[in-house]
Amino acid sequence: MTALPLPTSSPPLALEVIGLKKSYGDVVAVNGLDLRVHAGQCFGLLGPNGAGKTTTIEICEGLNTPDSGTVRVLGHTWNEHPTALREKLGVQLQETQLAEKLTVLETLKLFRSFYRAGRNIDDVIDLVQLGEKKSARVGGLSGGQKQRLALACALVGDPELLFLDEPTTGLDPQSRRQLWTLVEGLKAEGRTIVLTTHYMDEAERLCDNIAIVDQGRVISLGTPRQLIASLGAEHVIRLNTADEHQLHPIPLAELLALDDVRGGAETETGYELRVGSVQKVLPSLLSLAESRQVTWSELSTHSATLEDVFVALTGRHLREG
Amino acid sequence: MRIESLTQLTSTRLREFLREPEAVFWTFVFPLLLAGGLAIAFREKPADQAIIATIAAPAGDSLASAIGRELATVAAAKDAPIATREIPADSINDVLRAGTAALVVVPQAGGGVEYRYDAARPEARIARQLVDDLLQRARGRQDVVPVKEVTIRERGSRYIDFFVPGLLAMNIMGSSIWSLAFAIVTQRNKKVLKRLAATPMSRMEYLLSFVLFRLIFLVLEIAIMLAFGSWVLDVPIRGSIITLVLVALVGAASFGAIGLLLSSRTKTVEGISGLANFVMLPMWIFSGVFFSATNFPAAIQPVIQALPLTALVNGMRAIMLQGAGLGTVWPQLAVLGAYLVVSLLVALRIFRWQ
Repeated sequence: MTALPLPTSSPPLALEVIGLKKSYGDVVAVNGLDLRVHAGQCFGLLGPNGAGKTTTIEICEGLNTPDSGTVRVLGHTWNEHPTALREKLGVQLQETQLAEKLTVLETLKLFRSFYRAGRNIDDVIDLVQLGEKKSARVGGLSGGQKQRLALACALVGDPELLFLDEPTTGLDPQSRRQLWTLVEGLKAEGRTIVLTTHYMDEAERLCDNIAIVDQGRVISLGTPRQLIASLGAEHVIRLNTADEHQLHPIPLAELLALDDVRGGAETETGYELRVGSVQKVLPSLLSLAESRQVTWSELSTHSATLEDVFVALTGRHLREG
Repeated sequence: MRIESLTQLTSTRLREFLREPEAVFWTFVFPLLLAGGLAIAFREKPADQAIIATIAAPAGDSLASAIGRELATVAAAKDAPIATREIPADSINDVLRAGTAALVVVPQAGGGVEYRYDAARPEARIARQLVDDLLQRARGRQDVVPVKEVTIRERGSRYIDFFVPGLLAMNIMGSSIWSLAFAIVTQRNKKVLKRLAATPMSRMEYLLSFVLFRLIFLVLEIAIMLAFGSWVLDVPIRGSIITLVLVALVGAASFGAIGLLLSSRTKTVEGISGLANFVMLPMWIFSGVFFSATNFPAAIQPVIQALPLTALVNGMRAIMLQGAGLGTVWPQLAVLGAYLVVSLLVALRIFRWQ
């Protein structure tokens, strides 16, 4: 094993992906994707299932090879010193299955033994709050505990760069919040984190920068605030009519023509309008409805989120895949 | 190479194995049960008694009815290895078909007898000969050539002596291939391999940990089987134990490498089960575990002799039964070594981590 020479360029990019492409047969998973992640950042890949997030992150982890494009991890390509590079990475796979018959402590001892340098196992166990489960078999852990153990396995090598692929998918809300607190702690330690998620709240809370990925490309890039601001709207109003037979009694164009309505679309159950100020739009919206004798069965407003950004960009919701 | 991770990987193998009670059972207890069953089947016992059925003579025919009584008396008196019983006349065919008697003696009017038996069954032909001798002598036939009989009992010439080295070799093949192939394919299927591939773990150490794990258990397996064979079944071990263990180790490493090769790309447990059986089944039949491989036609002998199990069976049998040394079993060692090297190299080249 050769020692990894220091990267020449500075300030270094922790991760640089240029023109990445990968197909499986006829299916194009990644179609010309670019990413730049600065050291110390928490960078999120946000997109629906099948957007190409996992393929991208696995190529970055050196587990998959691209058809074309360049990937530089901590200044190095995977052709240079793969083992030396792996010493510096922490990886959590989308569904990490660990040996069920081993205990938490045994699992971490095993992973720690692969790294030349790393963290104290007891510290890592305390960090992920598995102290009480130290001697428990992996097979008996809850989903959240397993996920925290997977994170611990990614941390024992004291990584510079951490890849987390959908760290909270399938977890209950409490376990998700617990994991978020952990990731925030890791950010505070100055580690670079690249995570994928299809939860917009997760991306908004954890990420400094977000790339919205759809059909193998980055369709929008920025901080959560920038992305939401790009909607040109602060709030979203959802409207459902009481009449099931006529879901869209008012032509969309008339709604869009109302003052301060920045955009919108018909949905399966009614309308969704992006607006500047709810206070400004609501009175005119209600009087328009009254003049047409339309009753709203449901009217809700919320501050614009990344989900709304995704809908505005693709016309689909994240969960729809 | 770092001792720390190799130790951790190997103890992980051990823990996973020992925490799977079923695996322990099949590895250690099952072969012993099998050998125990054989021990019962091949226990020391008096020569088999042939069961002879007689038919009640026709009423009133005193000469005919005397045959049955005479046969029973003579058999008892001369300590002949036969037992007689009387059956109804209409069940002759049933008895012969079911094989519950080797021979049926049917008295004929006027003092003659009719023998009914299945000429394709050796024990039936022997029974016929025995009964005929007894009857003829009882009626006064004289043997004209003086005969003296000397029987010997050579240690190591029983079927069980032939079978135990074969069983040992077959066990080494099965446990080496299964333990590697199942563990690796399961880990690939559950993406454990992929997770490990994302660490700086040395690929070689990972594969080596399986070999070490196998060797630890192999020594135990061989020791248990040999002790059982030697003490309970009285199977001789004429050659040196060290040579025997050496051949067993090379065989285990060789089959381990074959297991590695089989599992280098397989993704499902179903897939590896089929593949492993496909590879092992011909060897169970052709490699001379249950009967001598020389029974097969000469045309296919070169193929049979080139099978790794044939090499292991022949090697172990030669050492245990004929006291062969390294000078004699080197061709078998060479065959096993070739499989080891070639399988390992190909496996390392084509192995997939996901």
